[in-house]
Amino acid sequence: MIERRPALTVLSHLVLALGVLVVMFPVYVTFIASTQTSQQIITQVPMSLAPGSNMLETYRVALFGGETTYGSKVPPVASMLWVSFVTAMTIAIGKIAISLLSAFAFVYFRFPGRSLCFWMIFVTLMLPVEVRISPTYAVVSNLGMLNTYAGLTVPLIASATATFLFRQFFLTVPDELVEAARIDGAGPMRFFKDVLVPLSMTSVAALFVIQFIYGWNQYLWPLLVTTDESMAPVVMGIKRMISGGDAQNEWNVVMATAILAMLPPAAVVLLMQRWFVKGLVDAEK
Amino acid sequence: MAIEKRVRFRSWWLPWVLIAPQMAVILVFFFWPAGQAIYQSVLQQDAFGTSVEFVGLENFTRLYNDETYLASFKTTALFSVLVAASGLSIALLLAVMADRVVRGATVYKTLLIWPYAVAPAVAGVLWLFMFAPSVGIVSYALRAMGIEWNHLLNGNHAMTLIVMAAVWKQISYNFLFFLAGLQSIPKSLIEAAAIDGASPWHRFWTIVFPLLSPTTFFLLVINIVYAFFDTFAIVDAATQGGPGKDTAILVYKVYYDGFKALDLGGSASQSVVLMVIVIALTVVQFRYVEKKVQY
Repeated sequence: MIERRPALTVLSHLVLALGVLVVMFPVYVTFIASTQTSQQIITQVPMSLAPGSNMLETYRVALFGGETTYGSKVPPVASMLWVSFVTAMTIAIGKIAISLLSAFAFVYFRFPGRSLCFWMIFVTLMLPVEVRISPTYAVVSNLGMLNTYAGLTVPLIASATATFLFRQFFLTVPDELVEAARIDGAGPMRFFKDVLVPLSMTSVAALFVIQFIYGWNQYLWPLLVTTDESMAPVVMGIKRMISGGDAQNEWNVVMATAILAMLPPAAVVLLMQRWFVKGLVDAEK
Repeated sequence: MAIEKRVRFRSWWLPWVLIAPQMAVILVFFFWPAGQAIYQSVLQQDAFGTSVEFVGLENFTRLYNDETYLASFKTTALFSVLVAASGLSIALLLAVMADRVVRGATVYKTLLIWPYAVAPAVAGVLWLFMFAPSVGIVSYALRAMGIEWNHLLNGNHAMTLIVMAAVWKQISYNFLFFLAGLQSIPKSLIEAAAIDGASPWHRFWTIVFPLLSPTTFFLLVINIVYAFFDTFAIVDAATQGGPGKDTAILVYKVYYDGFKALDLGGSASQSVVLMVIVIALTVVQFRYVEKKVQY
């Protein structure tokens, strides 16, 4: 605060409050819709902005599937949430693991072709899934990995960002630690496991948040490699539910699913906020 | 790689084992498909895969002469300019305000950053619901104000809808970076200007905004990349490229032509064009990063 300007402070709070309102409003509407019945949403336009009384029923139908009051079938979201969870965890942990190992190799060893390999990993930054969808799909289908967790996760697991971040961090680790480890008779893997990995835990936590969200929010890739309904992650399942017209959609169940799909990544961001912010800023350096 | 470790381990086999998983994944799922994309882009294949013919650059000239592709380019350009411009200005405004207030700053921050966690597809569904022509609450309000909202018929409405959903999701990211950028500006500069009698408005445009330009430029590139590639799910959930092809951005068209229309050669040559765009954007971004180090 440079100087006192009460009017400006009030204005700041007003602008921020308005910003927060706009950011929260879609989610509030979603939550309210999930507590009403689908008839209420369709017949009573505009829908009321007070919570309805159908919350438990809506979430029960959304989670476990079954017949709605309309008589249409709804697929269970609980199994989709499980698919999303496994996918997101595998992608996050897998990315961190293979990036830790390769960053260790790049920083602590000298081997022929090292810069070629480094350059190859760097180039993958430029090849997001979106630009190579059909050929990657062909590879995955030739390997028989359609409708499997492997097909959902492995192609997304390589990460140039994480490798760079760990390499950057390893370069700041003092050389004396390596020497001390050597004098104590520790080999490279022992050093990696007992010194380097424990030191990297902050970066690991930061990357975990970002990669978990990345994995959870994947949409295009699951859309291609899963045709089996039991392998559909929730983000994709929700899109399937709105294929009908405005009036035919079970909006309350769709909105309950949206809330359920948002909760886990939002919880991860809010609970690990400190690491998340650090990780975002570091990862882009 | 300018910096090197002085102390190293010696082993001729261990480093290979260590990088093997990473290299295996990128060779099988990045380089092989990227090569395939380039290879397929010069072939013409029918939908059943029975006949393949080498056609050279014909797929590219076909693209160049394809009016829907050029239209998709224009749509994407318009979309990314709108997303980047509105996303950056709103986030900058909020960040400047959040940087000013002392009380409640962390609360505002917490409430503003979490949309980062929302999946683009879910964001698309949320906004779709609010703007659904017959049941949506916002479309009702718009109707009451005399605007007949229907993004299923009106291309401009559809574009507005996906821009709003995309900006909403990206604001938290921009906000965090702007806030970090603002907090790294030395307070002494601003204090000196204040003593010289410069008003807050004047100080912002002559000191803060120029010093923030590296952050702004970085975010501009990131936002364009985001609008080009990460918004597929928003488009697919909210408008499915419609009405007509009014919101069919490039990534959506690659998907549609390859998986719905089964024009593999055309889709692959579109992928190659997209790769060129990403590479150009990445080069721009990294040249800037090098400059920032000297900054």
